[in-house]
Amino acid sequence: MLDNEMHVSFLGVSQNESFARMVAAAFASQLNPTIEELTDIRTAVSEAVTNAIIHGYRGMRGMVGMDCTISGRTFTVTVRDEGHGIPDVKLAMQPFYTSVPNLERSGMGFAVMEAFMDSVTVESKVGCGTTVTMQKEIAAVGCDE
Amino acid sequence: MQITTQRDGETLTVLLTGELDHHSAAPLRVELDRLLSDRSIRCLALDLRGVSFMDSSGLGIVLGRYKLMKEHGGILQIVGAARPVERILKMAGVYALLEQQKAERGEGHVG
Repeated sequence: MLDNEMHVSFLGVSQNESFARMVAAAFASQLNPTIEELTDIRTAVSEAVTNAIIHGYRGMRGMVGMDCTISGRTFTVTVRDEGHGIPDVKLAMQPFYTSVPNLERSGMGFAVMEAFMDSVTVESKVGCGTTVTMQKEIAAVGCDE
Repeated sequence: MQITTQRDGETLTVLLTGELDHHSAAPLRVELDRLLSDRSIRCLALDLRGVSFMDSSGLGIVLGRYKLMKEHGGILQIVGAARPVERILKMAGVYALLEQQKAERGEGHVG
């Protein structure tokens, strides 16, 4: 059973990257996370949303959907675009791989998501879009228990 | 993202303040490359103490300037990164790269 959930959608433009990570962090804050856990969530969300904008839509106008849920102490965030999709997800998730070397991307987006969250799942279909689902268990703080 | 520069001989120190993401990276890249078109700059010191947030887009900026300074025969230094920023830099091996750069040049003041 879900304890709480939230859904937003916003235009896939770079101005909304900070909006998305702030909203996700604000929602997650009800679990009383540490500053480091909150930073992890903000960073991972920023990576997923940036990917949707740069690689999903590639300058096309399109909406990015973000769903957040809390179940027990597990925070889950899903970032969805209906853009170009990723032809080879395994390759895209390799550290330092970038499909756009001319844009000076580090190719570390998925590596950062995987390092900062407990699990990262990527579903993608060329021509249909990409959905990234990330989960993080927020440790219980002793004095709250 | 705010940029404050200070020139000391061949060293240009650039103090960055604000959040470094994909949105702020594009104008920052343009400004840094404009500053670095002055080839008398042999050392770019990026002072990250004022960067409150950085994701992999910031890594792109740092690694790109590292390559540019190398092409110019100069070096890049990173100073003042707070822990979350430092964590991302370490993950991509940036500090190891700067150490290697220091070793190659036989200098002891980089890092």
